[in-house]
Amino acid sequence: MEWFSQQLINGLALGSIYALIALGYSMVYGVLRFINFAHSDVLMLGAYAAFFIAPAIEKIIPLPSLTGALLVTLLSALICAGIGILIEFLAYRPLRSRPKLTVLITAIGVSLFIEFTCQHKAVFGADTKPFPQLLPATDFHLAGLVVSSNDLVVVLVTALLLAGLWFIVHKTKNGMAMRAVSFNQQAAALMGVNINRIIAFTFGLGSALAAVAGILYALKAPGIEPLMGVQPGIRAFIAAVLGGIGNLPGATLGGLLLGLLETFAGGISGLSSYRDGIAFAILILILLFKPAGLLGKATVEKV
Amino acid sequence: MPSTINLQPSTALAGAKRWLLAGIVLAVVVSLFSAQFNRYYLGIAIDCGISIILAVSLNLINGHTGQFSLGHAGFMAVGGYSAAKLTLVCSPMVPDSLKPLLFLVALVLGGCVAAVIGLGVGVPSLRLKGDYLAIVTLGFGEIIRVVVQNMESVGAASGLKGIPKYTTLGWTFALAAVTIYVIASLVNSTYGRGFIAVNDDEVAASSMGINPVRYKVTAFVIGAFFAGVAGGLYAHHKQFLSPTGFDFLKSIDIVVMVILGGMGRTVGVIIAAILLTLLPEVLRQFADYRMIIYALLIIGLMMLRPQGLFTMGQKKKGAAAV
Amino acid sequence: MKNNLLSSQADVQRVAESKDGICALDQAIKRGLLLSLVIGGGILGLSGCGPGGGGDTILVGEFASLTGKEATFGISSHEGTLLAIEELNAAGGVLGKKLELKTEDDQSKAGEPANVVNKLISKDGVVAILGEVASSRSLEAAPICQQNGIPMISPASTNPKVTETGDFIFRVCFIDPFQGTVMANFATNTLKAKKVAVFTDVKSDYSKGLAKFFKEGFTKTGGQIVSELDFNGGDKDFKAQLTAIKSAAPDAVFVPGYYTDVALICIQAKQLGLDVPLIGGDGWESDTLVKIGGGAVEGHYFSTHYSSDAGSPKVTAFVAAYKKRYNGKLPDAMAALGYDSAMFLADAIKRAGSTEGAKMRDALAATKEFDAVTGKIAINGQRDAVKSAVILQVKGGAFKFVETVAP
Repeated sequence: MEWFSQQLINGLALGSIYALIALGYSMVYGVLRFINFAHSDVLMLGAYAAFFIAPAIEKIIPLPSLTGALLVTLLSALICAGIGILIEFLAYRPLRSRPKLTVLITAIGVSLFIEFTCQHKAVFGADTKPFPQLLPATDFHLAGLVVSSNDLVVVLVTALLLAGLWFIVHKTKNGMAMRAVSFNQQAAALMGVNINRIIAFTFGLGSALAAVAGILYALKAPGIEPLMGVQPGIRAFIAAVLGGIGNLPGATLGGLLLGLLETFAGGISGLSSYRDGIAFAILILILLFKPAGLLGKATVEKV
Repeated sequence: MPSTINLQPSTALAGAKRWLLAGIVLAVVVSLFSAQFNRYYLGIAIDCGISIILAVSLNLINGHTGQFSLGHAGFMAVGGYSAAKLTLVCSPMVPDSLKPLLFLVALVLGGCVAAVIGLGVGVPSLRLKGDYLAIVTLGFGEIIRVVVQNMESVGAASGLKGIPKYTTLGWTFALAAVTIYVIASLVNSTYGRGFIAVNDDEVAASSMGINPVRYKVTAFVIGAFFAGVAGGLYAHHKQFLSPTGFDFLKSIDIVVMVILGGMGRTVGVIIAAILLTLLPEVLRQFADYRMIIYALLIIGLMMLRPQGLFTMGQKKKGAAAV
Repeated sequence: MKNNLLSSQADVQRVAESKDGICALDQAIKRGLLLSLVIGGGILGLSGCGPGGGGDTILVGEFASLTGKEATFGISSHEGTLLAIEELNAAGGVLGKKLELKTEDDQSKAGEPANVVNKLISKDGVVAILGEVASSRSLEAAPICQQNGIPMISPASTNPKVTETGDFIFRVCFIDPFQGTVMANFATNTLKAKKVAVFTDVKSDYSKGLAKFFKEGFTKTGGQIVSELDFNGGDKDFKAQLTAIKSAAPDAVFVPGYYTDVALICIQAKQLGLDVPLIGGDGWESDTLVKIGGGAVEGHYFSTHYSSDAGSPKVTAFVAAYKKRYNGKLPDAMAALGYDSAMFLADAIKRAGSTEGAKMRDALAATKEFDAVTGKIAINGQRDAVKSAVILQVKGGAFKFVETVAP
């Protein structure tokens, strides 16, 4: 029982990170209908931004501290939002009216470009760098169970950001415009929605989310390197599809489910070596029964 | 051997097939002198041939039939490992004169095993579309990698070593030609128009009496078969297989070839396969900047030639390009 | 919603512009094939390029993972190798000639080593190959070196299979069976452990090899393996497995992995309250382990090739030179082994008096005692280095010498 409860905690903590990354994937997909492969690299850039900002902030506010961590995260999120908007402007906007596959390959190109540029020794270098402790960390021991404060922070932040995103998408004017663009780009443009501005806004928001996720991921595993985004990126992509891509609560659900599955598979001797495969196998099974994901709406093709 | 391929030119494609025949003959002639070539260039030429088979076979699934598959490296792995295991077990028992036959049997076996797996992947594709299908095929590819990584009989994580070097330039290009020929003929046959019909409009196709289910599964099975053959060639070319070589990034490489070449346009895809195999090698002289330039070139090409690199004319609806 | 991936607009456009489909198509095919023939001819035509080097330099090839997942180890070994070459040249070179190091990146990717090594040998004309850290990539390159009769020295591939490829393949590190047994004996004799859990990186042949020989050695001494779990190198979350290990209540945990993963494992083990010694192999050795792991790696043990506080003048000189060359960076085990592989090759060239493949091979194989940074090396019949291992403990943020284990 104790084993089970502990694994439940571990799984939820891992799943929350996946969920947070999946939110960014899902949002961009919801508006533009294409998978932004570079999302996982923006996540990495977010962690590196914090890595370089932290020593500067430390001169004003001592780290680890809550205010310091907030400030570092905010600045990194802003930087990444800028990077996201820049990527959209330079690489994706010129291809807006092209087939989606063209944009997909461009996204892969952008992803490779960021990864290899960052691995160059004049940029970050390919080696692993120790990530600074931004938040005071303690472990809470409860009846034989251990909950680390970082994990609690991750769960909390994910919940807050999901709520915030839901608010933005459903209750603000920008959000309404985002939904309009997602529903029908041309019609939205005819209704006076500034498509370019809304898409740039979506990318900025998604990239800021990626930066937050990157920093939380780096707090959990404090070694950062230019390829750190690849593995969680794929997981989050699976999570987003699992939940029904384009659907924000679905992305969260998918992330949590994937985290739990991986954790329970990983905790069993003999199964742990198949951990990567098991997550996929269950994903495939679920998609066979729910082809549009858990919360996605199945669309019937009309003639 | 390749000259025994039965070429029956149909009117629209007669020119193309003559060129194809010329290509095969050239490859075979060139391979006769392969001992004189620098091994590095020879190796790359073989890599190009293998890439062609992979890209053309994926083109059947992704390009002609319009199913988005991200698991081609998985089929390649299955074919490669099956073929390599067979030759490793059998080659000590087979006299030298029969080695080419053994190799052929191994390649076909690799292709068939991969085709069976392709059937397994093709069936879910009946219910899934677009990104959902992409993620499922990616998942299949990763599952195959994880399973291989845990199979001690094929070396698990440390890889399968000591595979005999059977792959030559002649074998590779002859098989590349067979792949191109089979897939092009298939797509251009009366039966094969169904692939394009399914791609263009599934509902319309099924109302015309075309069974989309059968076409999709056929595309997966045939595509997987040739990917398996390519895997066998790869195994006997590199003489070493390790599961990490077949991760999803390898699949992405092949997808990039297909899209860069122009979905459903075989010639473009062939040239893109050659180009994308040569490019990283040509860029080696830039050392540290090599992959950065490579990434920029992909972005630049997509901006300048989004319809595919080598599509001079527009694809006519309903007529597949060779 | 018919097709997410293709915009319908583009489709419409395509139909509209496709009047001369077949004609344009035929042309496209011809031009395309012509182009491919030109490209193909280009490659084959270039094959006339002769080998480089020659004259008054000796060209040595190195392949390493300078980018990609395992870049951090490849860069270390490359830096060590480069330092050795520079030192050799500063001291006048070998056989009166300067050494020139030609390095190629294999991106930590399977399939690349074959191309890279083929290029180094056939295009650049190197006389010997140094590399790789990862056994799986050394295994890919080995048959090519063997077929070309070019000696290959791997700095850090510990899998026994690597040198089985042929008589041109050598290494300067010890092999998995030795290191696995060393740690098994250490667990039994020094730690007095009866029950041990093993936590293996399934993606890495290095880790699997060490785990296998550790398990054999440990059960032979009467110990019991209470739990066996796996992770994938590059994972960031190990809590699932560590929770399972904790519930098996072992006296120690054997974690044969690389320091990037091990540091995170130590942190998460500490968080979960798994307060037993963690022990591992030479993959642990790097000051990054302490930088990332901080207090969590304190008190754990690992075996490695040398100890920088052992006080041998050779080690002190190497550490000082490395720090000077790379802005105060401390060398890790990979850097030391990279350095040794180049020095070992230079020594063999001197003894052979030639850069002819077979002569270098014979000189390498005849090595009885080569004084390397990582200890005295003798080459045995399997072309593996026979050398002693040291066991270190992390204490106060540094690696403290515990004991030396002779082969």
